[in-house]
Amino acid sequence: MGFFRSLFQPRHTSASIAKERLKIVLAHERAGRNAPDFLPLLQKELLAVVGRYVEISDDMIRVTLANSRDTSSLEINIEIEGGKLKTPTGALSAAV
Amino acid sequence: MAKVIVITSGKGGVGKTTTSAAFAAGLALRGHKTVVIDFDVGLRNLDLVMGCERRVVFDFINVINGDANLNQALIKDKRHDNLFIFPTSQTRDKNALKREGVERVMEELKQQFEYIICDSPAGIEHGAITALYFADSAIIVTNPEVSSVRDSDRIIGILASRSRRAERNEPPVDVQLLLTRYDPARVAKGEMLAVEDVKEILSIPLLGVIPESESVLRASNTGTPVVFDETSPAGRAYLDAVARFLGEQREMRFVKPERRSFFRALFGRA
Repeated sequence: MGFFRSLFQPRHTSASIAKERLKIVLAHERAGRNAPDFLPLLQKELLAVVGRYVEISDDMIRVTLANSRDTSSLEINIEIEGGKLKTPTGALSAAV
Repeated sequence: MAKVIVITSGKGGVGKTTTSAAFAAGLALRGHKTVVIDFDVGLRNLDLVMGCERRVVFDFINVINGDANLNQALIKDKRHDNLFIFPTSQTRDKNALKREGVERVMEELKQQFEYIICDSPAGIEHGAITALYFADSAIIVTNPEVSSVRDSDRIIGILASRSRRAERNEPPVDVQLLLTRYDPARVAKGEMLAVEDVKEILSIPLLGVIPESESVLRASNTGTPVVFDETSPAGRAYLDAVARFLGEQREMRFVKPERRSFFRALFGRA
C-alpha cells in the first residue's frame, strides 16, 4: 500500500513544502541563537557594500560566528547568482 | 527523589493544559503521587480542565506570599487519591511569580510528591521561563503544523540555555516530543507533517503521538482528564506516553489511518 501510494502521490504535497520551509528557517534561527547582537547589523552593512558591485538579495548572504574551545571564527558566505556584476561606473557612483 | 516535569510549547492552543491534566492523572493511575501546577498566572484554566474550579480557595501566589500554607491550597482530586491540583491566581500582577518564592514552594512539594507537573503558559515571557526553570524533564507539546514546530524549536533552545540545570552546568533537562492533534488520514494524503518529519526537524526523542479526537473536547467540557475515558483513543495514547515516560516499551498506536469497516463506511459513522 505504502509503496503504491508513494508512487502515485505528487511529490510537492503541502506537507513536504512545510517540511522544507521549516528546515530552512530553523537552520537560520539556530545559527543565530547564541550569536552576538552585532551580527544582524554587520550582515546588513555587508549587504549594502557588496550590493554596490553585484546584484544581491537579502537571503544570499549568511554571517555566522562559530566558537570552539580557544578560537572563534566569523564566517561570511555570499552567494552570487550567475555573476550578475554591476558596471564599475555604477559601483563607483553608488559608492560616492 | 521527586521529579519536576514541565509541559511547554511556546505556541498557545496546542494542548499544554490538556496534556498536563492527562499526564498527571496518568502518573497517578500508575500509582505515583503527583501534583499538577498551573503557571499561567492571570489566565487560570487547569482547574476547569481538571473539574475542580469550584473548590479553589487559596492559590499558588497566596502560598508564595505566605498568605496560605501549601496544604490549604492543594486540591485533592476526587477521582484518584494520588492526584493533587495546585491552582494559580487570577491576579494581573505580572511579577507575582517570584523565583525565590517558587523555589521555596517547589522544595516543599518535593517532600510530598514523586512527580511535579508544571503546566506552562504560552509564550517566552516570565511565566513560561519560571515554569521551565526548575525542570528535570520537559515535554514539548507540538502540533504537526509549521508555527507550532518553529515555536517548539525556540523553546527547546531556551530550555538548553535558561533552565536552572543549564545555569548550574548540571546535566541538561531531558527533553521529549509529544505530537498532538495528529490526523493519520491527512498525513497519508500529504496534507499534514508526518511524525517522522517533526521528529527529524526538532531532533529530540519522541514520547508519544496523540491522535486528533472528539473525546478531548468532551473531556474538557466535563472537567475530566481524558485518560479517565477508557474508550478514547487520545486517552489511550496518553497512557502509552506515560508508560514510555516511566521507561516501558510501547509501540506507537494511532499513527496509521484507521481502516473503516465496510458497514461503517456504508452507514457513514466513524
